[in-house]
Parts: sequence; C-alpha cells; structure tokens
Amino acid sequence: MSAIEGLETAHHHADEHAHHHEAQSFWQKYIFCEDHKVIAKQYLITGILWAVVGITMSVIFRIQLGLPDSNLSWLKPILGGWISDAGKLDPNFYLALVTMHGTIMVFFVLTAGLSGTFSNFLIPLQVGARDMASGFMNMLSYWFFFLASVIMFASLFLQQGPAAGGWVIYPPLSALPQAHPGSGMGMTLWLASMAFFIVSQLLGGINYITTVINLRTRGMSFDRLPLTIWSFLITAVLGLISFPVLLSSVLLLIFDRHFGTSFYLSDIYINGEALPNVGGSPILFQHLFWFLGHPEVYIVLLPALGITSEVIATNSRKPIFGYRAMIASMLGIAFLAFIVWAHHMFVTGMNPFLGSVFMFLTLIIAVPSAVKGFNYITTLWKGNIVFTPGMLFSIGLVSLFVSGGLTGIILGNSALDIQLHDTYFVVAHFHLVMGAASAFGLFAGVYHWFPKMFGRMMNTSLGQAHFWLTFIGIYLVFIPMHYVGIAGFPRRYYQFTSYDFTHKFMDMNMFISIAAIFTFLAQFIFLWNFFYSIFKGRKAPQNPWRSNTLEWTAPIIPGHGNWEGEIPAVYRWSYDYSKPGAKEDFIPQNIPYSQTPESNFPHENELIATEKVIESQNFNDQFKTHH
Amino acid sequence: MENVQQYKLEREPQETLAMDPKKFILWLFLVTIIMLFASQSSAYLVRRAEGNWLEFEMPQIFWYSTVVLLMSSVAMQWAYFSAKKDQFQQLKIAISITFVLGLIFLYMQFQGWKELVAMNVYFVGNPSGSFFYVFTGLHGFHIITGLIVLVFALFSAFKLNVHSKNLRRIQISATYWHFLDILWLYLFVFLLTFN
Repeated sequence: MSAIEGLETAHHHADEHAHHHEAQSFWQKYIFCEDHKVIAKQYLITGILWAVVGITMSVIFRIQLGLPDSNLSWLKPILGGWISDAGKLDPNFYLALVTMHGTIMVFFVLTAGLSGTFSNFLIPLQVGARDMASGFMNMLSYWFFFLASVIMFASLFLQQGPAAGGWVIYPPLSALPQAHPGSGMGMTLWLASMAFFIVSQLLGGINYITTVINLRTRGMSFDRLPLTIWSFLITAVLGLISFPVLLSSVLLLIFDRHFGTSFYLSDIYINGEALPNVGGSPILFQHLFWFLGHPEVYIVLLPALGITSEVIATNSRKPIFGYRAMIASMLGIAFLAFIVWAHHMFVTGMNPFLGSVFMFLTLIIAVPSAVKGFNYITTLWKGNIVFTPGMLFSIGLVSLFVSGGLTGIILGNSALDIQLHDTYFVVAHFHLVMGAASAFGLFAGVYHWFPKMFGRMMNTSLGQAHFWLTFIGIYLVFIPMHYVGIAGFPRRYYQFTSYDFTHKFMDMNMFISIAAIFTFLAQFIFLWNFFYSIFKGRKAPQNPWRSNTLEWTAPIIPGHGNWEGEIPAVYRWSYDYSKPGAKEDFIPQNIPYSQTPESNFPHENELIATEKVIESQNFNDQFKTHH
Repeated sequence: MENVQQYKLEREPQETLAMDPKKFILWLFLVTIIMLFASQSSAYLVRRAEGNWLEFEMPQIFWYSTVVLLMSSVAMQWAYFSAKKDQFQQLKIAISITFVLGLIFLYMQFQGWKELVAMNVYFVGNPSGSFFYVFTGLHGFHIITGLIVLVFALFSAFKLNVHSKNLRRIQISATYWHFLDILWLYLFVFLLTFN
C-alpha cells in the first residue's frame, strides 16, 4: 500500500490543487445533480423501488395461478375493485399484472436499474475520468427515466387498468382500444412512458460510449480496461443501435392508434363490423419489435456478466482467465444479437427455410456464451476464493447462466419451438438466463460496490443468508416450471382449472407459487440490509476487497471530480492478482512496473521504458477547462 | 518531486484525444437517427413486398425543395470557411442564408404534402402514402431540431463568439446540417426508386 501513497505524493502538484468548488444548493447537489455518482444512486434507488413493485405483482399472479381457490380479499386495500366481492382477482387485471411485471422488470429494473446504476457509477471511476463526458445529458437521462417512471406508475391507477397486451405489445391487441380495457388509456400511457424511456437510454448510452472512448486516463489503453467497462461499452452500443428501432415501431403504432393509419392493421372485424384499416401487417411490428427485443436481452445480461468478471477475478485472487477471449465473446454475442431476432417468431408462419437460417444463427450464440461460462469456471479453479456476498451472487450467476442457457439450445430449434412456444418452458428459460442471472449480477454489483457508493459496508452474514435463500428459491421456482411448460401450460392464462390435462400438475403449480413467495420474502433481508447499511453500516476501509481497479484509489467517499489532485495514471491491466513474487496478492493498476521489479515478467520489464511516455501524456482532465 | 515538475515544465503534454467529446456525442447521436430511418426503410421495403401497394407520382415540388436544401448546405459550408478565416461579415450572411433556406425547405415540404392531398394520397389510407408522410414528417422534425441548433450558432455568430479559435459550435451545426441534407437525399432517392 505504501507504493500507492508514494506515487500519489510524487504526482502532487500544488497548482493542480487549486480548483475550488462553489457551494452547491440542495437542488443542485441531490436533485438535478450532474455528478455521475449521485445519478448512479438515483438510478439504483429508483430501480430498487421498481423491483419491489414488479416482484410484488409476480407474487400476486403466482397466488392466482398456484392457489386458485384462495380468497384474495386481504388485497382489497391495495387493489380495490380489481378483487371481486368473492375475493377473486379480476381476469383483465391478471393480464395487466403480467404485462406490467414484464415491462417493469425488463426495462425499469434490469435495463435502467442495472446499466444505469453501474455504467454511471463505474465508468468514470474505473477509466479515470472526473465525470461523464456530458454531465448535463447524464442528468437529463435520469430525469427522462424518472418521467417515464411516473407515467408508467400513474397508469397502474387507471380505472380501466394499465396496458395488458403483454410486454411485447403486439398489435392488433395493443392497437385497438376495443381489444381490451387496458388497450385504451393504459396503452397510451405505456407508449408515452416508453418513448421517454428510450430518450433516457439513448442520452445515457451516448454518454457512456463517449466517456469510455474519449476520457480514459493516461495509460488506460483498451487492453487495460477492466471487463466491466468493456461490457458497459458494448451494452451501450447495443442500446444505441436497437432503441431507435423500438422508437420507430412504437411511433408507427401510435399513428395506427391515434391517427387511423394502417401500418399494422388489416381486415379486422369487431362484432361483425369491418374496421376501415386495410393493408397493414401485424408481423411487421413483430420484426421491428424483436430487432430491439433480442438485443435488449443482452442489454440486460451483458452488464451483469461484466460485473461478474470483475467480482470473480477479485475474489478468486486470480487473473481473469482469457481476458481477450472474454472481450471477443462479448463482441460476438453483441454481433449475433442483431441477427437472431426472428427466433421469437418461428410460429408466425415464417418461411421454414428462413426459420432454419435463424435457428442456425441462434445456436451459434451458444459458442461465445460457453466461452464465458468456461472462463468463469477456470478463473475460479484453484483460486483462493473469498466468499463475500458479491462473490456468491457472481458464482450464482454463472450457475443460472449455464442452466438457463441449456434450455436456450432447445428453444432455439425451430421444430421444437412449435411445441414449446409461449409455454411456461419459455418463461422458465428466460427467467433463469436473463431475469435471475441479471438480477444476481445486480446484487453482486450492489454488494461489491456498496462501500464505494456509500462509504459503509453491508452486513456480510445477512448478505450470505440472502444469497442462499434466493439461490435455492429461484431454482425451486423455475426448475419445476420447465416441466409444467413441457406439459403444455400456455403462458399468460388466467387459470388452469378448467382443462383436464392441467389437473394433475396443479400441485406442481402450487409448489412453484409457494417457492415464489418464499423467494420474495427473502428479498426483504436485502432491502433491510441495504437501507440500514446506508446509515448505520460499518465504516468502509479504503480498499475492502483488495481490488486492483482505479475506483479504490479514490477517496473512500469520492467528492465531485472523484480524485483529489491529479487523476492517477495506469500502467498495467486490472487483473494482477496473486502474481508470483509480489509482496501482496494484488497490484493496483496505478502501480508502475518500475516499482515492482520482484514480480515483473521479462516483457513487462521492457514496458518500464514506456512509463515516461504515459506520464507525459495529456491528463484528459475535464475540470482543467471548466475551472 | 522536483524532477517530475521540471519535466512537466519542459514539455507540453501531448494531446491524446483524437476527438472532442462533444463532437463525438454528435456522431453517436447521428447513429441513432440513422438507425431510426434504417428501420423505417426496412419496414417500408418489407411492407411493399407484400403487395396491395398504392403507387403514385412524387409531386414536382420535392425536386425543388431538394435543390433548396442542397443550396443551404453550400451556404453552411461557406459559413464554416468564413468562421475559419475570421470573416465575420460573410459568416453572418452565410449563416443567415442557411437558416432562411432551411425555413423555405420546410415550407416547400408542407406544400408538397398539400399537393399529395390534392392527389388523393392521404396520411390515413394505403400504407404507401402513410409511409411517405412519416418519412418526410420525421425528416422535417429533424430539420426543425437542426434549425434550433443553427439558431444557437446564429446568435453566437452575431455576438462575434464564433471565430477561428472557437469553432466547435459552428462545426457541430455544420456537421448536423450536412447530415440532414444527406439524409434527405437518401430518402428522396429511396422514395423515388421504391414508389
């Protein structure tokens, strides 16, 4: 550790220190704040609140599915008229719950809550920048997200109910107000909210890319970037390319709904009366939607994988296995994400030849995914593993990623998909590989970077208990769900009591629901631990996980501008753990090779000559022009 | 410590940035616009291939508006060169011409819509007409945003804030304006070819 201090004093310039800060008002500091760390926390807290709403919804409809005879009158204070006098859930509201659960979890929790939190928090701190490229745009990004949140939340309280056409909002269900009570005002608000959400994501994503490419500190070349940053960069590029496509599909849908155009509508009869719309194609919407929708899966998953790479390497006390292969596999996944969208549409009457092309491309995704799974396991192999809660959740992510990915190989087959499409098998598959895996990435990130965010530690024992209960609970929910799906249970059905074939699986359905309630209750451990630790947690040390990345060289609670004095320079990659000969089992990125002759490899000794070049480079210090 | 300081004094730090972050942000923003129109174009082609497609002749006025937009781009480039050479009078004239031509373009597009209506091609009806309105409308919307960017450049030009040492604002407006010009050329050719 003395090495770091020595370096800091060596770079200490009295004149560099001169920039002073004007006192900011409460509004500037906490509300319309342009500091990336505050924005990250705003995203995190909003995401957690949305997660509570979204998961509560899933528990309500799981009770309906698994315990169809139960009396839900006790929910009347919250749901009011949606519970009938006999204590039954309104069938239309059931559809709305399923729709809103999907929308909230995919977009508001796992896109904004995950990517928004950690891209904002970690990119400037890990690449060595004072802040994002444009703090103003970043602030706008959060407030557009907030506006989208308010609109979506308001739609929950409509008398007709929120949007209920499924989170994929296929027309004509979503296009015609006559189709469903939720397709009126509820869908209008859904579309408005998503339009703001897209703007928010684009503002955020443009900032992430610009910051990673343009504002890296001295010496932070692309092959020294932590894998977290690589994953955030690739995620942002995916969003940049796919969200405008969602915007255009939503735009055409809005024209169909409110101006009477016929992009998606044709030959529709309601109560025997033909609608005037002719010449549209509902399949067109599906193509446009899934061109976003599939990359969206990776927008959700890749940040979780990046966080996992960092946490697993740190807590195995080993360099990540296959650093370049990890980057290549993420690039491969990102590329393939754009050319597999039609595997969501195998049963739309697609040309079987086209279907087999998309099947082939889909199955190729197994290759880069397997590379990642393999590299995580080989990083763990023979490591000095420290089972922090963040580490447990990262290992849990690898497990969920593998077990959920296996069923992806089954679903990717166009022939098998005819049987399995829109059954609970699909639900179980994507909840494991995308939902739970990404949620585990989110948990891992929160547990790991909580000390940097709030300057305090979360309780480890509670974290471990939270992990085991969640991990067991998730598998208890979703493994039986595969069987229910193979048995033919279609998704989004209100109840299964009226069919013969579903009778013998009702006990299994009940088991799933009880496991879901169990998992739901376990999350309160996290909520308590999180909010309690913000105020009362143990004070965090400078580098609690003995990690290499730059954020741990900043003050324990970094101020505006992250580093006091100069931004540290970077001389090595971020995975020098347990290097043979080194004094400690980690060497932070800002330690030059010239200070560690005992552990250098021959080619690293040659790099000592480049240190002068790195030091003489521009600082990329944004504040130098501002102040 | 002294050594380090001395070393710093001797050598100016090298520029490591290849690109100004603000300009980079603009280019990424252009990518999103490209994706927006790319998805619209592909939707257009997919829908057109399905048949039941109303064919109509593009009104003549869109040819003229294209010329107007091209001229505005030339004026924009003139403004940029003037700013580079610190010729403030020419800069003011050029940037004003760009702005006025942009407004004329918008007006002509609107006239084009009127002619379409006169030809019985409506926004609500066969998707071929609807797409035409969506394409021109979306582009028109972006022209309005381009004009807003231009207004900022215009004001700072009149306050003499745009000069050879402060070119960022005029560069950003010029890049965006040229992009919108090229985008329109693409849409124009696209709509002519696949009418």
